[in-house]
Amino acid sequence: MTEKTPNKTKLRKNPVVLFIHKLGSPAYFYHFTGKFIPWFWAIFLVLTAIGMYQAFFVVPSDYQQGESFRILYLHVPAAWMSLLAYIIMAVCAFIALIWRIRVVEILAMCSAPVGAAFTVVTLVAGSLWGRPTWGTYWVWDARLTSELVLLFLYLGVIGLYNAIDEPRKAARAACLLALVGAVNLPIIHYSVKWWNTLHQGSSISLMGGSSIDSSMLWPLLVMSIAVKFYYGANLLTRSRVKLLEQDLRKGWVRNIVREGK
Amino acid sequence: MDHTPFIVGSYAIGAIVLLWTAVAPLIKKKAIVRDIARLIQIEERNDSNP
Repeated sequence: MTEKTPNKTKLRKNPVVLFIHKLGSPAYFYHFTGKFIPWFWAIFLVLTAIGMYQAFFVVPSDYQQGESFRILYLHVPAAWMSLLAYIIMAVCAFIALIWRIRVVEILAMCSAPVGAAFTVVTLVAGSLWGRPTWGTYWVWDARLTSELVLLFLYLGVIGLYNAIDEPRKAARAACLLALVGAVNLPIIHYSVKWWNTLHQGSSISLMGGSSIDSSMLWPLLVMSIAVKFYYGANLLTRSRVKLLEQDLRKGWVRNIVREGK
Repeated sequence: MDHTPFIVGSYAIGAIVLLWTAVAPLIKKKAIVRDIARLIQIEERNDSNP
């Protein structure tokens, strides 16, 4: 029998570590996350209402793009979210592959459809913005093409996960694909710097120097925060449904169905 | 060029895609819960009539 080292024992008594271990339990995860979902939806709806009102009725039209620039209040937050959803999926996939935590595996797999939805919205809204602004719906420039590749990566992860019957095996294969596909993220981000593209460079910078007027900027930030809450609510809902589906013969699921929660 | 159809089109498609992405798991949950409830009923019936 091996003796536990003092450091390991100390770590196991750490409340944060204990909480993370508890969150790895499907039953605990289901009950714990269920409390947040209504709040996430409520915050999303309030922020979207504020952002949309500002975008349509308060912000003036752009002197070059005219009214079509209002599409950017949907396109830009969706584009940022499409990248963030992939980052979250890749991080969860990495954790799932190393520590084999089923809940994290499910989180990674449930991030894919939501990320794919945001990528579709990005591409469609961008295309409809491009027609009046650039005179074309689509060009094969680096930013647009790499965003389209992102959509194919999401579809690949979803397809691979659904193609294998055994869910743990399927998740492992799809997690590996998600990790490999992460190479596309810096390509999307730096495409406007590395190549000469029709798509303009970044107008907003975290380190200052944003070229967009503050009256136009803040509704964009409100919309960007709103979609984070949409993503959170959707990801948690999907993960909880997936847990119910996988554990349908287990006692905790039966209790939930009996209690009608 | 009138920009209204492009603005309305992009927000309409965005709303449909995001609404469907939000509603789809709820429909699936309803179906799963119904299946589990049926399974419990069958098992309870079998237990009471061995």
